[in-house]
Amino acid sequence: MKKNEDLLVINDLKKHFKINKKDTLKAVDGISFTIKKGETLGLVGESGCGKSTVGRTISQIYEPTSGEILFEHEDVHGKFSKAEVKQKKRDIQMIFQDPYSSLNPRLTVMEIISEGLVIHTPDASVKEREQQVNELLELVGLNKSHSGRYPHEFSGGQRQRIGIARALAVNPQFIVADEPIAALDVSIQAQIVNLLKTLQEEKELTYLFIAHDLSMVKYISDRIAVMYLGRIVELTDSENLYENPMHPYSEALLSAIPLPDPKMERSRVQILLKGDVPSPIDIPSGCRFHTRCPRAMDICSKLDPAFVERQPGHFVACHLHDEEVMAAEKNEWGSVSV
Amino acid sequence: MKENILDVDNLHVSFKTRNGEITAVKGVSFSLKKGETLAIVGESGSGKSVTAKSIMRLLPKHSAVIPQGEIKFEGQDLLELSLKDMQQVRGSKISMVFQDPMTSLNPTMKIGKQIMEGLKKHQTLTKSEARQRALEMLELVGIPNAKKRLDAYPHQFSGGMRQRVVIAMALACIPQVLIADEPTTALDVTIQAQILQLMKNLQEKMDTAIVLITHDLGVVANMADKVAVMYAGEVVEYGTLDEIFYETQHPYTLGLLGSMPNLNAKRSEPLIPIPGSPPDLATLGTGCPFAARCPYTMAVCHDYHPRKTELSESHSVLCWLQDSRTPENHAPETVGSAQR
Repeated sequence: MKKNEDLLVINDLKKHFKINKKDTLKAVDGISFTIKKGETLGLVGESGCGKSTVGRTISQIYEPTSGEILFEHEDVHGKFSKAEVKQKKRDIQMIFQDPYSSLNPRLTVMEIISEGLVIHTPDASVKEREQQVNELLELVGLNKSHSGRYPHEFSGGQRQRIGIARALAVNPQFIVADEPIAALDVSIQAQIVNLLKTLQEEKELTYLFIAHDLSMVKYISDRIAVMYLGRIVELTDSENLYENPMHPYSEALLSAIPLPDPKMERSRVQILLKGDVPSPIDIPSGCRFHTRCPRAMDICSKLDPAFVERQPGHFVACHLHDEEVMAAEKNEWGSVSV
Repeated sequence: MKENILDVDNLHVSFKTRNGEITAVKGVSFSLKKGETLAIVGESGSGKSVTAKSIMRLLPKHSAVIPQGEIKFEGQDLLELSLKDMQQVRGSKISMVFQDPMTSLNPTMKIGKQIMEGLKKHQTLTKSEARQRALEMLELVGIPNAKKRLDAYPHQFSGGMRQRVVIAMALACIPQVLIADEPTTALDVTIQAQILQLMKNLQEKMDTAIVLITHDLGVVANMADKVAVMYAGEVVEYGTLDEIFYETQHPYTLGLLGSMPNLNAKRSEPLIPIPGSPPDLATLGTGCPFAARCPYTMAVCHDYHPRKTELSESHSVLCWLQDSRTPENHAPETVGSAQR
């Protein structure tokens, strides 16, 4: 597959969890997007918006409730022979948030990283495998003397590097990085982001980068999707999102980031959202964001806005950008005032 | 000029461990006036939480030792108070908000009762007066339907609402100093913005001094008047908000600012991380603890510990670059100027 071709296509993906007889938690409720080969898509949103569920469904940890996930034009959850399933799992790897709980404390670094190799290249000799692990360690900025140690002997940043080496061991094409920097210190976060960027160039990797921190996401993503309560509300180029956010939720998210610049902090006006994210078990009618939206109109509580391309490459689900709806709103308002 | 309400002077804290004694805080000094906010910034293991806990005298008795230093509150050294006298201060004159709002509330107790607990201990209020006061506090921190929520349990609140309850609890006795240890780290950005705004409003109303412990320089820029940057147990740079951000002196502070993403920067500009990782406090040498990661290291840095250099009345730095004995051409251009 060549660069800029669609590597991953997601069509109307839904993942619902049944909680009890009455209630279903709609973690992901109908989202569609594509990721091109060699691209990084950032997926941002607050806790509980379903961003991790998307990542886990793509990496086949969850079965989707409906919708399809096409990887190289084939549905990853379709019916395949054992060998094909093995290859598909190999192509999509995952990096986890917590570098403490995602590494087995009883295994050495050598064993952790070579686990995937043992399964996917069973013919290789022990020596070859050791050689491979050592190369991987150097690739992620550790050295081969580390291979005999256990996870507790490393700092958080180093553990995250081990997690990255483990993901790279089986030569994947696509990596789901689920909040890989959230648990790390600021100075270490930048190291890991830079490492992921270099690896992407060297190995032509494609990333889905999941995060709640909008400021770091920009540095690694080509495009960013903003999620709210199981839906994508806005999707566009990463720089365009910061310069020209179209959805009121994206605006609020951007304005809520505290900037490390006192002069700018003093002068700018923050948009404070009221209240908390509603429960994904009991989703508000109409637009899911209308309960917290500072610009909500009457129609917003009744009609669910469609996810439409309003400008080239800029998708948004909001009535404010729907000319028909806005014209109707104006008329109504006009007739009341007259 | 307002008088200093809290004065920490040359504080040292060590912990006894199996591998010998580890000094987590080494000679930390700062002062705080009424209504002022001091931010303590640093990475994990830099000693910022230990500093906060020693002010509250909440360090583990069997392992922590404070060999040197003074913590003066209203002229009285808190380290010399008896346990009983300290209990009179804790929660009433100085109180603390912790990072995780779930673990700092008792899950088996209604939140109204938890707020009243401190009030009943420190103030001569009847039960119904205390309940009334708890209700006022809940309304003050913006909990909707406060009257009903007094009888709710912590698990019935969201993370942001819980942190509001914890703040209500901490401020119920109108303390003079509030210590907030990473109060918004566990919260989402939109909720973080709400809580920071709330803390600022309440500070204005009550004239409380705040010690804000955080690793997020964005939060610092939003909240602080003064900043202490900590590294390996020491305050490496101390100054007003503008001095720290626009006249940055210490290479570590510069590194922290450089590794923070800037929303206005272009994507192609790379982040400049600080190489390496923080040092192990058990194996520190005699030199500057930042020397191994510092881009401007000189020969002297590895062997001799830097002395504090006062740059202005409010601004001081612990670095050889600013030392009067260092030849001037050694200081790189970026030091002492607004980088961005």
